[in-house]
Amino acid sequence: MPADVTARHSILSDKDERSLVSVFSAYVASSAIWLLFATAVGLLLAFKFGAPEFGAGAWLTFGRLRPVHTNATFYGFASLALVGLGYYVAARSSGAKLYSAGLAWTGLVLFNAAAVAGTVALEMGYNDGDLEYREWPWWIRLIFLGALIVTAWNLIATVARRSSKDIYLSNWYIIGGTLWTGINAAVAVAPWYQHGLGQVSVSGFYMHNAVGMWFTPLALGVTYYALPKLLSRPIYSYALGVFAFWTNLVFYPIIGAHHFEFSPLPWWLQTVAIVFSVAMLVPVWGGSTNFLLTMRGRTGDMMHSYPLMFIFVAVMSYLLGSTQGTLEAFRSLQEVWHLTNFTVGHSHLTMYGIITFAAWGGIYALLPSATGRQVSRLGMALHFWMALVGSFIYVTSLSIGGTIQGLDWMHGLPFIQSVVDMQSYYVWRGVGGSLMFSSHIVFGWNVWRMCHGPDVATSRLESSRSEKAPLESLPSEQAVA
Amino acid sequence: MNKLALIAGGSTLVYACLACMMGVLPGIELSSVAAGPGVKPLTALESEGRDVYVANGCSYCHTQQVRPLDQDKIFGRPSAASDFKYQTPELLGSERTGPDLTNIGTRQPSSVWQYIHLYNPRAVVPESIMPSFGWLFEVVDRAPPGASAVPLPKSYAPAHGLVVPSHSAEALIAYLAALKQPPLPGAEAAMVGAQATVALAVAPPPERAAGSAALRPASGDYDAAKGAALFTANCAACHQASGEGVPGAFPALKDDAVVNKDDATKHIQVVLQGLHDAKVSGVLYASVMPPFAATLSDAEIADIIDYERSAWGNHGKPVAAAQVAAQRATNK
Repeated sequence: MPADVTARHSILSDKDERSLVSVFSAYVASSAIWLLFATAVGLLLAFKFGAPEFGAGAWLTFGRLRPVHTNATFYGFASLALVGLGYYVAARSSGAKLYSAGLAWTGLVLFNAAAVAGTVALEMGYNDGDLEYREWPWWIRLIFLGALIVTAWNLIATVARRSSKDIYLSNWYIIGGTLWTGINAAVAVAPWYQHGLGQVSVSGFYMHNAVGMWFTPLALGVTYYALPKLLSRPIYSYALGVFAFWTNLVFYPIIGAHHFEFSPLPWWLQTVAIVFSVAMLVPVWGGSTNFLLTMRGRTGDMMHSYPLMFIFVAVMSYLLGSTQGTLEAFRSLQEVWHLTNFTVGHSHLTMYGIITFAAWGGIYALLPSATGRQVSRLGMALHFWMALVGSFIYVTSLSIGGTIQGLDWMHGLPFIQSVVDMQSYYVWRGVGGSLMFSSHIVFGWNVWRMCHGPDVATSRLESSRSEKAPLESLPSEQAVA
Repeated sequence: MNKLALIAGGSTLVYACLACMMGVLPGIELSSVAAGPGVKPLTALESEGRDVYVANGCSYCHTQQVRPLDQDKIFGRPSAASDFKYQTPELLGSERTGPDLTNIGTRQPSSVWQYIHLYNPRAVVPESIMPSFGWLFEVVDRAPPGASAVPLPKSYAPAHGLVVPSHSAEALIAYLAALKQPPLPGAEAAMVGAQATVALAVAPPPERAAGSAALRPASGDYDAAKGAALFTANCAACHQASGEGVPGAFPALKDDAVVNKDDATKHIQVVLQGLHDAKVSGVLYASVMPPFAATLSDAEIADIIDYERSAWGNHGKPVAAAQVAAQRATNK
């Protein structure tokens, strides 16, 4: 069954086809705008470490912009990109039309309304407690929860219309991630059990799950569809994918407390989190091995296909970043790295390396054939290399700097020494960040080309149908020799 | 359809159970941890200050959790579960770009320092990368009744007028002043201690100051490098690395009479017990100096004093740890 999913012929009418494509394009375009905004803010923040007086005043102060950056990245950019991809993958892999374009547009409005309102609120100083990834005032987070519910409903109803009995693995991850995140958002917003230390335990649970039970499953789901499609070969082991799904579901929610090691949270809670952080190696290595084995022997094709390169980086980051997460959870290493910039390096290796590269890979793999408008190879190349080199510099500098910071503290040096020692690493982070941001400008241009650019091939009307025969629909360099 | 119900419904059920187990239940349980002795709710003004702290994202760079680890000792005693009764939202934080603030009210009791530092951190800590919060202050021609101008160093003061804190700044500084760790009752202290032992058993932290070339002992029993490092960590924020203090806010140690006097009794006592509302070299200082008797050992205090007595052209007679111990004994 799985083998033919990505090559399934569409039975959709032109009207259904167009409505799915316009939903997909709108989500991607919207996410690109949020990416540009969120990372422009991120870049400004990076500069502030070297020039603290740069951008003075309440609206540009570090502590207000920092949550604007993280929340806009999470709930503006990444959520919209992955939900847009999720809709497209769910409909395509099910051979069904989207259950409701109206609901999808409603979701888009709600996601954007929440992100705009949240950004303005944070800028005005309405921060719900500096609690990582849930800083928006509670009623704005309810709007986001509403968007999740609309999305889950729409996805489930779409997959319910599938033509075959089985449900392709991508949809497990995409539907699962949306439903779980709905629960997580509800757990985070309810106030009754969040006083003092109780709230610390909820923070540990929420901040961890907000990343790993939302972005990761959706990114994996997209990859399980885009990768076989790009390679025109089935995923190496469907069973391994199912195994990784269930183990990830059981292990991941237990490990949030590893963000509060050595805190006054009960020691056993921290220890359980560490043990299951090790258990996470099972789904992580299972999942990434599965992708790598799917790519086996096709390095040559990879060199000629930027969508594949994006996905390859995402898979390697998944392997490295998540394994690093397990190592970081050990008390002996946490003693050095906790509270240092190493954590910031890790979060960018994962959110950027895994999630963002997977989303880009998915977009470049699927959007051109959906809209029938091509993106130039140079555009993808510029985007890919600047993003890759930039994030490499970013993560490396903060990992080294963060380690030095932690060792400074352990050696009992005056605290200010750790600030001084970070200076050159902050500069390198700014260099990496500048490259990353430049790549996002190119990405924005590429998205515009894919949505509104010229219809390069005159036969594109044909090729909007050619999605139905995916092999031909791929640009020649991807359509495997 | 059944398969869809299994995957969507089944996995969501599993997740909901785990969310209860790892999020909600610990939340319920830990929300009811009672306050320890001496843990008090904030006053209205302090609580307003906490809101200013949250609104401006102070906790993205400053933690409020002292870990049972050696390197955290400078920030206070390890945080205990009973400290958090009145801390909603929790402000433990995830990054220490700047120092931990759990016990800042004790570590830096001088509101004058806090105001100068808030207005422009580099006025007192040249290496600081904290943003300036000048927008929490107003520049006026004459200080309104009840308010006093912030004694800024000349190079940081505006060309004209006086800088006075806004109400938000006053609330924020009141909140920081309230961040004082009460001593732990015996049983809980033992528990936190036991955790520390576990932590240390996992990875014994290196000896303080070991492995750093900058801190290698000089000849003689006075360790000059150590004295300099201790001065930087504990004293330089006010008295400045130059020893010249901040005119009108913190007295200079360079050429100071007490520091250069052969009889070090007064010098030792000031470090042990702190100082407030004192006249130094004919100038009355409103800032408070914290006592260091509880946080520094005799040898460390002797190192600091010897550093102060030999740096910046000072030539006071050095003191030994035994003299500090003797002075400490007279205070009991």
